[in-house]
Amino acid sequence: MADFFRKLFGSKEDTPKQENADSATTAPLTDQQIKSILDNQNVKYDMKQLIASVGQSVGKQREHNEDSVLALTSTIAGGVESVPFGLYVVADGMGGHQFGEVASNAAIRIIGGNVARKFHSYLYHLPTQSLQESLQEVMESSIMEAHQYVQREAPGSGTTVTAALVLGQQMTIAHVGDSRAYAVYPDGRVETLTRDHSLVKRLEELGHLSKDEAESFPHRNVLIRALGQGETLEADIFTVPFPQGGYLLLCSDGLWGVVNDKDIFRIVREAPNLHRACQSLVEAANAAGGPDNITVALVQQIG
Amino acid sequence: MGSVYRARDMHFPNVAKLVAVKEMINLAPDPLVRQTIVQNFEREANILATLHHPSIPRIYDYFSHNDHSYLVLEFIHGKDLEAVLNDTNGFLPEDQIISWAVQLCDVLAYLHDHKPDPIIFRDMKPSNVMINQNGDVMLVDFGIAKTFQSGQKGTMIGTEGYSPPEQYRGEATPLADIYSLGATLHHAATRRDPRLEPPFSFAERPIRRINPNISVEFEAVINTALQYNPGDRFPNASAMKEALINVARKTGALSKITSALPVSSGGIKPLWSFKCEDEIRGTPVLHQGALFIGCYDNNLYALNAADGQFQWKYATEGGIVSRPLVYDNNVFFGSEDYRLHVISARTGKVAWTYYTEGKIYSSPRIADGHIFFGSEDQYLHAVNVSSGRAVWKLLSDAPIYSSPLVANELVYFGTESGSFYALDFRGETKWRFQAKRAITSSPVNKGQAVYMASLDSTLYALDAISGWAIWKFRLGKGSISSPALADDFIFVGASDGFIYCIDARTSKEVWRFRTENQVGSSPVVYKDSVYCGSADGFMYCLEYRTGRLRWKFETQGPITGSPAVFDDIVYFGSTDHHVYALFA
Repeated sequence: MADFFRKLFGSKEDTPKQENADSATTAPLTDQQIKSILDNQNVKYDMKQLIASVGQSVGKQREHNEDSVLALTSTIAGGVESVPFGLYVVADGMGGHQFGEVASNAAIRIIGGNVARKFHSYLYHLPTQSLQESLQEVMESSIMEAHQYVQREAPGSGTTVTAALVLGQQMTIAHVGDSRAYAVYPDGRVETLTRDHSLVKRLEELGHLSKDEAESFPHRNVLIRALGQGETLEADIFTVPFPQGGYLLLCSDGLWGVVNDKDIFRIVREAPNLHRACQSLVEAANAAGGPDNITVALVQQIG
Repeated sequence: MGSVYRARDMHFPNVAKLVAVKEMINLAPDPLVRQTIVQNFEREANILATLHHPSIPRIYDYFSHNDHSYLVLEFIHGKDLEAVLNDTNGFLPEDQIISWAVQLCDVLAYLHDHKPDPIIFRDMKPSNVMINQNGDVMLVDFGIAKTFQSGQKGTMIGTEGYSPPEQYRGEATPLADIYSLGATLHHAATRRDPRLEPPFSFAERPIRRINPNISVEFEAVINTALQYNPGDRFPNASAMKEALINVARKTGALSKITSALPVSSGGIKPLWSFKCEDEIRGTPVLHQGALFIGCYDNNLYALNAADGQFQWKYATEGGIVSRPLVYDNNVFFGSEDYRLHVISARTGKVAWTYYTEGKIYSSPRIADGHIFFGSEDQYLHAVNVSSGRAVWKLLSDAPIYSSPLVANELVYFGTESGSFYALDFRGETKWRFQAKRAITSSPVNKGQAVYMASLDSTLYALDAISGWAIWKFRLGKGSISSPALADDFIFVGASDGFIYCIDARTSKEVWRFRTENQVGSSPVVYKDSVYCGSADGFMYCLEYRTGRLRWKFETQGPITGSPAVFDDIVYFGSTDHHVYALFA
């Protein structure tokens, strides 16, 4: 039991180790570092558990909050033992008036509802029938349902959606728009898992804008894909391992637009727990001007 | 929101005059929005009323009733280009596309020359191009008056994939219509829907790479129309029309001359070949300069890999289809004589054999001092490598033809009833997954996922630890082929005759390559090529990122086994009784 509590609250113990890894800032990584990264990614069979926290702020310059966030953490009945289960969704609504809020709110609820319905028997009973759809199919149908709902009920509006379904040690991510999912590794790497569906990103990829030009591009806020918009919606859906020993971070552009990767890592590492980490991330975005609504969800796998 | 109805004009009761009635339902709660919608509708009616062109439908009337507004238009017998594309298999002929393109240039030129102000169609896309009974085009849907509002997030105009980059800057010029026409033609020529691709990515999908039947000249015209900078496109629709007519003259496209590009297969000579006495359906393995391969003449052959010289053979009492495994200078393989044979790799003398109760098609795997394999007797056997004694065996629900995979300290395999098992090293079932039909395919693993195909026409990605289906990919038909992995790609054959390449993260198809018969062979990746046999008798070598054919080599019988590639040489057997060695 003591062991369990240490696992649960033991993030401080790991801190010195992480600092060591981080202080070696020079590239390329040493063989030892690479080995430690690889070792960390080895598949283990210990009981794992998810913990998560969220943070939100309207920001300093907006009057309404059009962001929505959902965090659902549990375990589900697996073959022999329970498997960690988590659903985390960040949505950033748009379209002015109250509609942005309607769109983002509908998106998280419909996605949350759809996923919960699919996993209902695993979450609350012992399953008698196995789930027929794959995890990616569950996420895809959830996104489509939300897309159709927003088109029907809040026409003209739209929302970004970045949703992560964590099951065991893998996570299936569905993504539309310019909210982001990051894998934050204990050695200081902050990997962007999603690709922004924004005009500026697209023009940058095509080589029509340099990084500097992109920074000052007037239409930075123009999305080329959003939930609720367009005849056809194709979400990016993919499955990647949960960052071993690290964190999954979901956030709206209110955070990533003003706080850089290095600061994000520093804040997450220095915080005594996930709640404080989320709070500090939101504060950092507000300290940087808070030009937009800010939403973060931070998830960690312990044990 | 709206619909289009086919209606009969009752002003002419004695004849059946068909008209199209386009309905708009105005449900917008915001009065300003409502007003805009009505204005757009009347605008479309007014534009149409002033136009007279064979490719533009005539307007007869318009009216509004409560929340509903209606346009009465000339009825067009036919279907739109998007439907034409969806309903055709394979590519449309170039001359067909060119003749439509010429007509579309014609109508665009008419609109752009409209006085007093040019009319910008703004919404050129296949679904707005009707092809009538005579095969002529009609441009429909003049209702979309798109204006650009900057500032607020979510100005989503022009996401459909046909719109030019400058639309984001709020510019609507005749050159924007040229771009959209280029995009429409690109879609028609390649069958790749730009709405499913990132915007402005046409250059990443060169037309002739997708459809080699398109001429270089026509491709150049489409590419010019699709130039990123408006100034680099055709200056106007008439210029584009002229370019198209020149293409048609030069390539003879309008006189319906099509060129086929045959790929030669005669050029490749095998390095060596070796004839056995019966069909070879299995897969060879290489070890220290020797090639080991089982044959339906009941023998396991050892050949010199360099020149195909016979070294020795070892006779069993049944056909050998499993892939041998070399471990500690012994060759391990199962046979239809119910036995696992272990023989010296050097001399071919038997070390020991192990009996099961059924034929063995499953190939053995060794891990942690144990050898794992399945049998027709429905057991997964775990045998001690040195003693040859059974350590445990697990009774599954059906014969096991799939070869086990050992990874993550688990043993994975499929059965002929469609069950997929993950056992720990003690033989306890860790989890089980059920496909709809047999899993003959052998699983492969990368990171935390295992991949295998099933006869239920699905390629599965399962979570290696929990057994959850991460994704499923629909194949055209069932598959017994075992997937191969390289980078983030998965390669697998299926009995629909295709070799597929799937993105392992997203489960999206990257490419597929058509062979002329079932692909039961399992692909093998070596350097930047994928090698795979087909029941059409050919061994194919494809560039693995694009699926382009590098070469193919014909044998006289179906190839069901998989190749082994080593030191730039491909080794494989065919049911024509031969073992072949080719330069990779």
